[in-house]
Amino acid sequence: MSNAAQSFVNIGERTNVTGSAKFRKLIEADDYAAAVDVAREQVENGAQIIDVNMDEGMLDSEAAMTTFLNLIASEPDIARVPVMIDSSKWSVIEAGLKCVQGKSIVNSISLKEGDKPFLEQARKIRRYGAAAVVMAFDETGQAETADRKVAICERAYRTLIDEIGFPPEDIIFDPNVFAVATGIEEHNGYALAFIEAARRIKETLPHVHVSGGISNLSFSFRGNNQVREAMHSVFLFHAIPAGLDMAIVNAGQLAIYDDIKPELRELVEDVILNRRDDATDRLLEAAERYRGGGRKAREEDLSWREAPVEDRITHALVKGIDAYIEEDTEEARGRAERPLHVIEGPLMAGMNVVGDLFGAGKMFLPQVVKSARVMKRAVAYLQPFLEEEKKRLGLLEAPAAGKIVMATVKGDVHDIGKNIVGVVLQCNNYQVIDLGVMAPAQKILDTARDEKADIIGLSGLITPSLDEMCHVAAEMEREGFDIPLLIGGATTSRVHTAVKISPNYARNQAIYVTDASRAVGVVSNLLSDDERPAYVAQIKEDYARVAEAHAKGRKTQVRASLADARANKFAIDWSDYEPPAPKFLGLKDFLDYDLSEIVPLIDWTPFFATWELKGRFPRILEDDKMGEAARQLYDDAQAMLAKIVEEKWLTANAVIGLWPANAVGDDVEVYADEKRGAPLHTLHTLRQQMTRVGPRANTALADFVAPKETSLADHIGAFVVTTGIGEEARSQAFDEAHDDYSKILLKALADRLAEAFAEHLHLRVRKEFWGYAAKENLSSEELIAEKYRGIRPAPGYPAQPDHTEKGTLFDLLEAEKRSGVMLTESFAMWPGAAVSGVYFSHPKSHYFGVGRIERDQVKDYAGRKGWSLAKAEKWLAPILNYDPLASKTEAA
Amino acid sequence: MTREETLETLQAAAAARILFLDGAMGTMIQRHKLGEAEYRGERFKDHASDLRGNNDLLALTQPDIIRAIHDAYFEAGSDIVETNSFNATSISLDDYGLGGLARELNVAAAQLAREAADRWSAKTPDKPRFVAGAIGPTNRTASISPDVDNPGFRNVTFDQLVEAYGEQVRGLIEGGADIMLIETVFDTLNAKAAGFAVLEVFDELGLELPIIVSGTITDLSGRNLSGQTPEAFWNSMQHLNPFAAGMNCAFGAEQLRPAVADMAAVADTLICAYPNAGLPNELGEYDQSPEEMAELLGEWAQSGLINIIGGCCGSSPDHIKAVIEAVSPYPPREVPVPEPRMRLSGLEPYALPQ
Repeated sequence: MSNAAQSFVNIGERTNVTGSAKFRKLIEADDYAAAVDVAREQVENGAQIIDVNMDEGMLDSEAAMTTFLNLIASEPDIARVPVMIDSSKWSVIEAGLKCVQGKSIVNSISLKEGDKPFLEQARKIRRYGAAAVVMAFDETGQAETADRKVAICERAYRTLIDEIGFPPEDIIFDPNVFAVATGIEEHNGYALAFIEAARRIKETLPHVHVSGGISNLSFSFRGNNQVREAMHSVFLFHAIPAGLDMAIVNAGQLAIYDDIKPELRELVEDVILNRRDDATDRLLEAAERYRGGGRKAREEDLSWREAPVEDRITHALVKGIDAYIEEDTEEARGRAERPLHVIEGPLMAGMNVVGDLFGAGKMFLPQVVKSARVMKRAVAYLQPFLEEEKKRLGLLEAPAAGKIVMATVKGDVHDIGKNIVGVVLQCNNYQVIDLGVMAPAQKILDTARDEKADIIGLSGLITPSLDEMCHVAAEMEREGFDIPLLIGGATTSRVHTAVKISPNYARNQAIYVTDASRAVGVVSNLLSDDERPAYVAQIKEDYARVAEAHAKGRKTQVRASLADARANKFAIDWSDYEPPAPKFLGLKDFLDYDLSEIVPLIDWTPFFATWELKGRFPRILEDDKMGEAARQLYDDAQAMLAKIVEEKWLTANAVIGLWPANAVGDDVEVYADEKRGAPLHTLHTLRQQMTRVGPRANTALADFVAPKETSLADHIGAFVVTTGIGEEARSQAFDEAHDDYSKILLKALADRLAEAFAEHLHLRVRKEFWGYAAKENLSSEELIAEKYRGIRPAPGYPAQPDHTEKGTLFDLLEAEKRSGVMLTESFAMWPGAAVSGVYFSHPKSHYFGVGRIERDQVKDYAGRKGWSLAKAEKWLAPILNYDPLASKTEAA
Repeated sequence: MTREETLETLQAAAAARILFLDGAMGTMIQRHKLGEAEYRGERFKDHASDLRGNNDLLALTQPDIIRAIHDAYFEAGSDIVETNSFNATSISLDDYGLGGLARELNVAAAQLAREAADRWSAKTPDKPRFVAGAIGPTNRTASISPDVDNPGFRNVTFDQLVEAYGEQVRGLIEGGADIMLIETVFDTLNAKAAGFAVLEVFDELGLELPIIVSGTITDLSGRNLSGQTPEAFWNSMQHLNPFAAGMNCAFGAEQLRPAVADMAAVADTLICAYPNAGLPNELGEYDQSPEEMAELLGEWAQSGLINIIGGCCGSSPDHIKAVIEAVSPYPPREVPVPEPRMRLSGLEPYALPQ
C-alpha cells in the first residue's frame, strides 16, 4: 500500500468487552489470566497501542478496568506499549488513569453535555498526563454530515487550546464511522462523509490526529466476514490517504486490498464511495456468493491428478502427499532416459519449488519435513534402478552438493532440532550423515575424516553440552581439521559460540545457526567457493565484536555479595505457618501409567514451537500465515497420539518421593523420618546475586522450606517421570521407512507427554499424596498456566541451574532402578522424554531465575558440595559472573 | 522577592549558566553519628518506636545540624539546596508511627532551608539562592505488586498518594520552598500522583512554582524500577511542563550518564542531574573522591548535557565545590525544540507518526 498506510497506527481491539465476545466472557468469568493473554497476543501481533474497554452492563466496570490494567502492568511484554483507556463512563476512565504509569490515550470525551463538563474532563486528562480522543458529538447529537463533523471538531479544538492550553498534538478526533448499506437512503453517504471530514480536519486543525472505530461500517453484513473484511479494507484504502491516522480494528481480520476479488472490490467501492444509487442492492445480492471463508473441511480435491506427471510430482512435494508418489515416480522413470534423471529433473524441480516457498516464508517447517518424506520415498523407490544402472555402467555415485556429519554431543540425548536440520539439508540435496545422540568427539571426528565431510554440525540441549562442544572444537584444532563447525540447539547461542567455542578452533570457523530455516543459507554460503571467503570473514568480524562487547558487558555486571544476598533472602513469615504433612513418606512407583489420563494436559504451544511455528495454541490454528500448516500438523499429531495410546507405543513410568526436610542456610536437608536425625541427602540451592534497589529479594529455592531453627516439621518432594520408553524402537522403524516426519513427530509428542505427565503427577501430589490442596479444581489450561500452590523446579533450569543436583534426586528416588530412566555423564536423562524435579509446597514458593553468580557464592557452593573450586566453576560455567581463567591470572 | 521575581531570577540565571544543586543530606547527617537519643530529642523521648535513622525528624529535633549542612552547601557554591524532607510523607513516616507529623516536618524543613537561602542571598546579592522542596518516592509502589502471588495487588493507590503528597506540598510551600522537586522516581505512577498533587495544591493556593522531575534507574539496563526507559519516563511526566527534568541517585555518574543523555536528547526543558558519588563499597560507603566526580561531571558539561547539576548519596560540600570548578567553564545545554508529535509511553516510548 501507500506510504500513508505504512504510518498507520494499529490499535489492538481484542481487549474490549464490547467488541470481543471471547474477552467479555473471560472478564465475566473472572479469568483474568486468560484475559491478560489476549492482551499479550495483541502486542505480539503488532498492536502499537492496546484498547481496553470494560463497558458491560453486568460488570463492575471500574473494578474490572483497575484489575486488568494493574495485571498487565506486571507483564513487561504487554506494558511495553501504551494503553487506550476506552469507556463511555468518565468514572471508568478516571479509574483507569490512576493505574497507568505511561502516557496513555483516553477514549473518549465530547461536547455532548456542553463546554463545562468537556473542559473539566479535558483538564483532568491533562493532569493525569494522557492524550484524548474527542468524538464529533455535541449537545444536539452525533455529527453525520461532513460539515457538522468538521464544525464540531473545530469548536472542540478551539475550546481545548484557548481555554486550557491542551496540546493540539495530544488530540485525536473521531468523526464517527456509521454503518452503510443499511437500506436507508440517508446512510449511503456516511463513509464518504467520514473520509471527507478526515481530510478537512487534517487540513484545518494543525497537529491533530484522526481515528475511527471501523467495525460499525459493515454492521449490515454481520455474519459475512468476507464482505465485512473487504468493506473495512476498501474503507481504509480511501480514508488513510485522506488523513485517517489510526483505527481500532482487528488487524487479523483485514483483507489485503489487492487480494479482494475485483468484482467484490468494485461493488464494495460503489458502496463506500456512494457511487451509484443501486450500490447497496448490488452488494447485498452478490454478498451471498462471498459468504464463508472456506474454513470448512472440503472434499478431497483430486483434480491435480489430471495434470502432467512433472506437475503432479511438484504438487505432491509441495503438499506433502505421498499416496501417489511411487506411481508418479515410476511414470517419470518410464519417460526418462536414466533413473538419475528423475531425481535431477522433476524431483529436484519440485524440491526447488518447496525451497523457494520456504525461503519466502510461504511454507513452514512441518510442511517441509513432509515434503522431504515424499522425496525420500521417491528416491527409495528409484534406488534399485540406480544400483542396477551403476552396476551395468560402472558409474560412481551421483555427487551430492556437500556432505555434512551431524551429531548430538556426548552426554546429551536431545535431537529433535538436529533431525529437523538434517531433513531440511537433505531436501536441498546435501548428504547428511547423522551420528544420532550421545556421540563422543572421537567418533564425530573419525566419521568426518573417513567420509571426507565438508562440514560438521553439533547439537545439544542441556548446558553441560556447551562444554562438550568446546571440547570437540579443540579436538578439531588438534587433529588438523579445516572445515566449518556448525553449532545449534536450545542452550547454544551466538555469544557462547563467539566467546567460548570459536577461540578453540582457529584454523577454520565455528558458526552458530539460529534455527533450521537458517541452516540451508549458512551451508550453501560455506560450500560456495565464491561466497565463502567474504562470508567467513564477516562471521569472524562479527564474533570478534560480540566477544569484545561481551567482555565489556561482563565488567559492568554488578552483583551483590553472597552475604548481602543472604541478608535479603526471600523472607517467609514462618511464625504463623503450619507446614502440611504428606499422606505418606518415602517412595512410590507408577509403572505403565495410563497415557489417556495424561493426554488432556498436553501444552501444545511448545509443541508448535519445536516446529518453528511460533504462536500461542489454539490461536495459532487460526493464524493467517501459519494456520494451515499448524492445522495439518495438529491433525497429524492427534492421529498419532490416538495410536500411541491405543497401541501402547510408549510406556509411562514414574517415581515420586516425599520426605521430612528443613532448610539449613541455602541447602535443604532431607531426612528419612520425622526424627529428623542425620540427613539422607542434602539438596543444594543457588541464590540470586543481582543488586536490588527496590523491594525484590535475592531468592534461593531453600527459602521456600522452613529453616531448621524454626523447628517446623516441613517436607519436600521429588519426582522423575518418563514417557519415552519404547520411543527409540519406533523411531528406528520410521527411519527405515524413510519417514523422518513421523519420527520427529513422535519424539516431539513423547516430550510433550513427559511434561504433561509431570503436570498430572504434580496435581495428584497436591491433592492426594501430599494432600495440601485437596479441594483444588483447575481446568487443563489453568494447570498448564501453573495457577496452583507449589512448584516443581528441575535441576538444570533457571531456579537451580546446576544439573548435577539431578544425581542427588536420582539417588533419593532410586530412579534408575524404579523408573528405568538413566543419567548420562552430563546429567541428561535417557530416554530424553523425561522430566525430574523437586516439589515445594509453600504458597509463596515461585519460579525465578538465579541469574549470574559471583565467585564468593561459587566458593561457598563448592564447599557445601564437597567440590574443588575448579569443579564448581566447570558445572556452573554458564552462570558465572566472572571469567575463572582471567581471575586466576589476576590472583597469580 | 515575590514568587514571580524568584522564578524570573531563576530563569535568567539558568539561561546564562549551569546552576548548582547541593549534595547529599543523608551522608552529611551520618557524619554526626547520631544515636537514638539525639534523633528523639526532648519532644519524642517517649515515642513508642525507634526513631534512629528517621532523618526527616531532625528538622525538629536537631535543626542546627540541618541548618549547618545547608550553610555548608551554600558556602560551597550551590545555587539551590534541597529541603530535608525526602521521606516526609505520611505514608513513609507511618513506618515510625509519625504519619501525623508530615505537615509540620515539611514546614520546618522548608523553613530551615529558606532561612539559610535568605542569609546567603543577602551575603551574595549577585547570586540569589533558592530552595527546592524535596518530594521523595515514598516507600511504596503504585505500579508494582509487593505480593508475587498476586500481581494485580497494590499496597498503595493513586488517591492515597495524591493525598499524602498534597499534604507534603502544602507544608513545603508554607515553609517557603521556591521549587517543587519530585525526585528519585523509581515508580513513575508515584511521580504522576505527586505531580497531580502539586498541581491541585497550586490551584488551591492560586500560585504556580517551578517543578523539577528527577527519575532514577535501578539496574544497568537503564530503566527505573517500574520498568520505564528514560524517554518513556519523560513522555509520562512531560505534561507537568517542568522547569527541569532529569535523573538522580542510581549508581554513580558513569552508570547514570546514558540515562541523562537519553533525556537530554528528547526533553524540551532544562536538564537537571545529580548522581551518587560512585557506587557504595562493601561497607556501604561511597568512596568516589571529589576530584573523580568532578572529572566525570565536567565531561557532561563539556558535552552539553546539563543545565542544573549536583550530587546525591555520598557527595559532600567538597564534591560540590570540585564539581562547580570543573563545570563552570562550560555553557549550559541548549534546550532542543522537538517537532510537535503525540508522544505516548508504556514501558517504552511511542511517538505517533506525524
